[in-house]
Amino acid sequence: MALWTLFGLMSGKATTPWPKDGANDGQDGVLGMPRYNPALCQEGCEECAAVCPTHAIQIQDGGLSVDYGRCVVCQLCTEACPSGAMEPSHDWAFGVRDRTDLVWSNDRTSHPAADRTERRAFRRSLHIRHVDAGSCNGCESELQALNNPFYNLHRLGIFFTPSPRFADLLLVTGPVTRAMFEPLRSAYEAMPEPRWVMAVGTCAVSGGIPGGNYACGTGLEGVLPVDLYLPGCPPNPSAILQALLMFLDRTPQRVRGGQIGG
Amino acid sequence: MNGMRIKPLEASKLHAAAKALYEAGGRVQFAYAWSPHGSGTEVRYICAVPDQQDFDVWTVAGCSLPSLAPVVPLLGWYEREMTDLQKIKFSGHPEPYPLVLREDDSTRINGSLKSYPPTNGHAHLPAIETRDVQQLPFGPIRADVVESAEFTFFYIGERIIYYQPRLFFKHRGMESCFQGQRPDHAVVIAERVSGVGTLAHALAYCEAIERAAKCTVPPRAQALRVLLAELERIYNHLHYLGHLCHTTSLKVGEAQGKLLEEKAKQLIARLTGSRFLRSLLTPGGLRRDLTPDRWLGAGLEALRQEFVAYVERLEASESHLDRLITTGPLPARIAFDQGATGPIERASGLDRDLRRDHPYAQYAELPLAVSTLKEGDAYARERVRMAEVEASFILCQRVLLLLEPGPIRTECAPPPLSQGLGWAEDPRGSLFYAVHIGGDGRLARVKIKSPSFSNWRAFPFTVHDTNMMDYAINEASFGLTIAGCDR
Repeated sequence: MALWTLFGLMSGKATTPWPKDGANDGQDGVLGMPRYNPALCQEGCEECAAVCPTHAIQIQDGGLSVDYGRCVVCQLCTEACPSGAMEPSHDWAFGVRDRTDLVWSNDRTSHPAADRTERRAFRRSLHIRHVDAGSCNGCESELQALNNPFYNLHRLGIFFTPSPRFADLLLVTGPVTRAMFEPLRSAYEAMPEPRWVMAVGTCAVSGGIPGGNYACGTGLEGVLPVDLYLPGCPPNPSAILQALLMFLDRTPQRVRGGQIGG
Repeated sequence: MNGMRIKPLEASKLHAAAKALYEAGGRVQFAYAWSPHGSGTEVRYICAVPDQQDFDVWTVAGCSLPSLAPVVPLLGWYEREMTDLQKIKFSGHPEPYPLVLREDDSTRINGSLKSYPPTNGHAHLPAIETRDVQQLPFGPIRADVVESAEFTFFYIGERIIYYQPRLFFKHRGMESCFQGQRPDHAVVIAERVSGVGTLAHALAYCEAIERAAKCTVPPRAQALRVLLAELERIYNHLHYLGHLCHTTSLKVGEAQGKLLEEKAKQLIARLTGSRFLRSLLTPGGLRRDLTPDRWLGAGLEALRQEFVAYVERLEASESHLDRLITTGPLPARIAFDQGATGPIERASGLDRDLRRDHPYAQYAELPLAVSTLKEGDAYARERVRMAEVEASFILCQRVLLLLEPGPIRTECAPPPLSQGLGWAEDPRGSLFYAVHIGGDGRLARVKIKSPSFSNWRAFPFTVHDTNMMDYAINEASFGLTIAGCDR
């Protein structure tokens, strides 16, 4: 007979204290969004825009427009860039409240956040209903990882709930396929107010690779009102945790104007 | 050379050819349709022939063919998919209903998403009018963090009389995303067909392009591809074991399985920069070299020891074993006929593995123990996967031991109008990519045959006439993905 309880007790604690200062976030080596450095950009070079599979990088008025809400973290631009203006980075904590914060900009002033008084009551207890609207299952794999002993989502008072009727936050992955459009809307309609929506993964934010083809929409834009955006392909569990805590005002938003530490 | 031996066939000869193939011990792997430049539609049947490295490909011209599903049941879904997406008619099909698209979808394919009507069309359920039989539709949004699919149960009390999964809610048209793309960049698309099969998809895709381009990948890249593919198998199977414990209510076992999965993912991220092994492969080799120093070997050995202890504990947990033994048996005959693949078919006594039977990357040079069992129940499926994790650890260490410095990438540009077939043994079974290059050197058609598409077809046969309490356990024991199936 296996003594699981004894084994569990003797194994000690596997959970990281992260996001407490200095604790291990578990993302050693994980590559994030490429960092854009316009000062290094060569005039007339369009290599990065040409290879970008989701048009996250586009030529605009002679310069580049970089939209991290469309970035699938494929690193092709960092390999194509001859001058280091697109540089690999470990910037993955890209959760933002305002979609415009995902677009690279020199202007890093804070956008006025929506009224948060309603949300205050949920700071220590948030219930999430997840809906897969056509993901590649990478996002699901990371969402499932949130409940493994390393991240242990429950310790932060955040729970997944089976029914939308118990949910405060609708967490959506995938570009919204035609067949999932109605079920997704019904799940949202079934939620009591106040209710919020989070787009997890680049597909849900902007459609990702299949976005806009015969079978898919382009994410949640225009389908549901989104309160929290987290691009990534897929966003890692710590990025999801960080975004949720940021939404609950328990940690500051790290990205403004498409840049970490803004 | 391009992985295929092409054999044009008349439509009228299809039945005889299929019969001859099965008598010789072969098996049809998959079928798809495409339209070569400047000519009509062509249907292709890809067949494994015993003791032959390349696959036979029957090509049949025309949009109206006899259905092979009555003699080769596993083709049933491929034919329905072709009917939905390419409007090909198959006469005499035993299940002539839409599969991938909903009723009427094909006529609205260019309509906008927002004007789209509710999609709960007719699922072609049998008419069961007995008063005691209840019908339970479940999904497409289900409890827990899971992928979307709808399941319908007909049941009396605890007893399931009939079960039908309704998939393809997640159909994303991934194959169409490849069209017109550059062959080297499109690996990014292949990586996003099934997240937890990223490496296998990228590998099968790259193999297909490399066969079309007739290019030889340098040995170091071949060796590293094996390492990466086996790392993917390890983290997937660890997740599988943790999830199986979840369904048998073995809480600490679940936590431990998922913790080991997390440790594997963290090792992978440290090695490659991606927890899902993304952004690594490219046609011709690897996008960048990896430096698996001594820490990786040590990390894998520590993980292996924890895994061995974990398996010992699972094997001594009666409550866990009680729920698995004799649950959801899949007889070898059904597994073969319906196209079950990977650990599922190996647990039902079919000894097939692409890594050994049709070696790719560096597998021909490595010792590979393929484990099979005869029982075909949930317990057999668990034990086959346990044995595969063991074998994967050995393969990884062997690759690390033998790894030589050298180039990791070679030129690989498939010529216009070339074609290639690539394959890989995904953690869930056989995965194929068939690619056709257009006259402009870009991709004209890519067909993906995913293992879960095959295994979903076989799964319902283990559910009919069982009971509700076993359903979740049985489903977990198959370890299916939906994204890979729906594409």
